[in-house]
Amino acid sequence: MTRFRVAVEIVPRRGLLDPQGKAVSDALHTLGFSTVSDVRVGRHLVLDTDAADADAARAEVQRMCEQLLANPVTEDFHIGSAERA
Amino acid sequence: MKVGIIRFPGSNCDEDAYHAVVDHLGAEAVFCWHKDHDLQGADLVILPGGFSYGDYLRPGAIARFSPIMQEVVAHAKRGAPVLAICNGFQIACEAGLLPGALLRNDHLKFVCDQVHLRVESIGTRFTSRYHVDQVITIPVAHGDGRYTADGDVLERLEGDGHVVFRYVDAAGHVTDAANPNGSLRNIAGICNSAGNVLGMMPHPERAVDTQLGSADGLPLLHSIADSLMSEALV
Repeated sequence: MTRFRVAVEIVPRRGLLDPQGKAVSDALHTLGFSTVSDVRVGRHLVLDTDAADADAARAEVQRMCEQLLANPVTEDFHIGSAERA
Repeated sequence: MKVGIIRFPGSNCDEDAYHAVVDHLGAEAVFCWHKDHDLQGADLVILPGGFSYGDYLRPGAIARFSPIMQEVVAHAKRGAPVLAICNGFQIACEAGLLPGALLRNDHLKFVCDQVHLRVESIGTRFTSRYHVDQVITIPVAHGDGRYTADGDVLERLEGDGHVVFRYVDAAGHVTDAANPNGSLRNIAGICNSAGNVLGMMPHPERAVDTQLGSADGLPLLHSIADSLMSEALV
């Protein structure tokens, strides 16, 4: 078993109102960043986990996302690459 | 009727629920610690409001894995009643006892207010003491109360009469201004398809005494007591 570091991004599903994202977007517009059309605020998790290889580590994190880390009703997640920790 | 009130680390409406059940309904109540596996023979389980586990990750996401929740889910699967209030509603959704999810209020502010609810369905074991379209006054206090579900889930809830309470104005009209959190279709409370689990963001347990603003929550508790009584007589 090797220790891998895996990052997960969890964001509100597109199409659902994200009031935090809207507040940030409005603030950016106030600052003059008029090119911004949409902001979604989510969570970034970094997990250290032991696995046989990088694919196994990412597969395990996928199960963690499905069972706990993301809400399947309202959130999408993206699992980054697994790096040796 | 014996009521089991679940206590998670961070629950803060457990005492309110106890007071409503014991001092106003006149029934027996016990506290059930989240690490136990014992509902102590409760007929009704209340998942109270609060901030279980500090709302870490998402409200209700961690509490759902507390040991006692296995018992609560089994209790619900048997068809026994569960009243899930505020954070309890969030926990019940995370546990899969109710469809949908509660998201951050659309205006991003914590809302603490008296609101008007319209009773949408009196065919449930929680609402038989109300009359159809009755407007009741119940307090809300939450930051994450925006009810959301997929379109087909919403249609099913509506079609089956499982939208139990809706945010309305004093005249009983569904308006955006009467919606304290941006919930889809002004939904304030729903029940599951079997009709034995009710989830609601407003606090009926804090509306049991006219001297404190409203006693409109009391008929809800009486309705549940009625339903248990009629089950016992069968």
